[in-house]
Amino acid sequence: MTTATAEAAPSQGRLVRYSSISRGRRRTLYWSYFFLIVFVIFFLTPPVYMFITSLKSSAEISAATNPWWVYHPTLSNYIDLLTSNQYLIFFRNSALVSVCVVSLTMFISVLAAFSLARMKFWGSATLATGVFLTYLIPDTLLFIPLFKTFAFIHDKTGIELINHWWVLIILLPTLTVPFCTWIMIGYFASIPKELDEAALIDGAGYIQMLTRIFIPVALPGIIAATIFCFTVSWANFLYPLAFTTSADQLTLPVGIVTTLIRGDVYAWGQIMTGALLGAAPPLIIYAFLMDYYIAGLTAGATKG
Amino acid sequence: MAQVALRNIVKTFDRTPAVQGIDLDIADREFVVLVGPSGCGKSTTLRMIAGLEEVTSGDIYIGDQIVNDVPPKDRDIAMVFQNYALYPHMTVFENMSFGLRLKKFPKPEIKERVQVAARILDITELLDRRPKQLSGGQRQRVAMGRAIVRNPKVFLFDEPLSNLDAKLRVQMRTEIKKIHQKVTTTTVYVTHDQVEAMTLADRVVIMNAGRIDQIGTPYEVYHSPQTRFVAGFIGSPAMNMLPCRLVENGSGLSVRLSDWLSLPVPPSRVARYRPRVGSELTFGLRPEHIIEGRGEVPPGAAPFEARLDVVEPMGMETMVYFVVDGVEVCGRVNPAAAGAAGESMRLVADLNQMHLIDPRTELVI
Repeated sequence: MTTATAEAAPSQGRLVRYSSISRGRRRTLYWSYFFLIVFVIFFLTPPVYMFITSLKSSAEISAATNPWWVYHPTLSNYIDLLTSNQYLIFFRNSALVSVCVVSLTMFISVLAAFSLARMKFWGSATLATGVFLTYLIPDTLLFIPLFKTFAFIHDKTGIELINHWWVLIILLPTLTVPFCTWIMIGYFASIPKELDEAALIDGAGYIQMLTRIFIPVALPGIIAATIFCFTVSWANFLYPLAFTTSADQLTLPVGIVTTLIRGDVYAWGQIMTGALLGAAPPLIIYAFLMDYYIAGLTAGATKG
Repeated sequence: MAQVALRNIVKTFDRTPAVQGIDLDIADREFVVLVGPSGCGKSTTLRMIAGLEEVTSGDIYIGDQIVNDVPPKDRDIAMVFQNYALYPHMTVFENMSFGLRLKKFPKPEIKERVQVAARILDITELLDRRPKQLSGGQRQRVAMGRAIVRNPKVFLFDEPLSNLDAKLRVQMRTEIKKIHQKVTTTTVYVTHDQVEAMTLADRVVIMNAGRIDQIGTPYEVYHSPQTRFVAGFIGSPAMNMLPCRLVENGSGLSVRLSDWLSLPVPPSRVARYRPRVGSELTFGLRPEHIIEGRGEVPPGAAPFEARLDVVEPMGMETMVYFVVDGVEVCGRVNPAAAGAAGESMRLVADLNQMHLIDPRTELVI
């Protein structure tokens, strides 16, 4: 540095205004709130609109009034649906499928992830990558070979695998298991190796290590995977559409669309009500599990 | 209570040798410290004793039993890890009792043992806390507690103090020594810190590049190193090492360090060094054996003048550095006697403490 610039520096320093940390922070907060509000409007408008519509009679829906206001609120849509045997069957099918798929998926993927993350065996790394690649295949491609396979099994053995709700319990894990396994591999890999070594020395076998150390420590990850898995199986549209046809075998998303749209007549009020009621279980489950989603449970295991 | 023995232990990772043939006998109740730089194989050796690594060849004995194929849980050992490895979802009590609960000990006995260990470690008040509510030192105590309650045959420590700050490290070091005096169990302790090794060990095992360079008491490895590596590794500041030539000097010998500096070999060493006359060797002398030269020179010591390059006052003593043929040499002198940098100072080298190293074999002669 030359002398001239060294001398100029102090006088320049007085002119430069440094924004304080709190001012910078406030500006960041303004922007965060701005975007958060935009997102809230973007994502909450449809459900609010659905809720408003669900409180209207068919006559009011088709009338040329303000769509954002209910002039003659009615619960008839709710009463009709909740007393309709068909809707309750859809609900039951969805619930059974989701609970079974979640249980099956978590059972498979926790065991798979544990072995892939911790028990180094020949080909384990390749297998882990393979699991992830499986997830990259979209279900819109996967359902055709699956359908063919089922037809083949039917030809050879006579077992009818199409048009049963429980077939979804076999089908949906093709989507959920790879992803959940992948998430769990990541979670298990983040658990310090010394923890299993300590358990090993303390006298734990692999099963005890899994049930008493890994599952409790990776609980946030397991909950995240469970939520994902439940959402996928609850909301899946394509597989039930392709593999089930009889009205008593349908799940909620397909059932609403196929039974509440008769020809070109849309029962909008009931469709909206059905969709809202259908969205309730995942919402309740998220709210319930979020309380148990204790992030940072691993803090304190090791130095840090 | 048991002795541990390693017989020609070899460990290779994907053809990279980590441990290349180690023999070691650890007596019952002995505190042995494995020390060496990173990658010298000390941790691998410990992990093989624990059963966390398989042995490529050789035998490990705990007690009279070969344990090569015995899983860790059946070796009756306890290990304390560098990063504590506490189970984060369990309380301190649960952490300490985990091993006993797995072994299905009766509840009152578990409680009793945890209480005893907690009292030894002074963590009775922490039993209901979780690891994240504890400080580093407390976590370290819990990790040790988990080892103590098991009442194992052997304690294994893998750099247990490396994650603590300097002050706490010194405190916990004393603590570990106290605990070993109370719970006299055979202990193998791995560290890269030579001060820890010297202060804790009954015997120090100095490892270098997968081999044992020397086994001895802290006093032996400090005063009679057998290799150049041990001589340089133990002691801080490190031993001064200078290339030299051993020459005849009348009836005796002297070490010629440079054109201006030759030091006479004390008569007691002459017989040992005579066969090496004329050869190029490495001269080693610890900084504390180069002191200020005042008054009478004791027998075996040699006075000389040196121009000081750097002077570092430490309070209790002052480090003086001077250059001999491009090599910096350190001396530890009385602060009152130290000169200033650039000045010439009269120093005395205590040659009774000198070492000569063969540069080809790296062995101390």
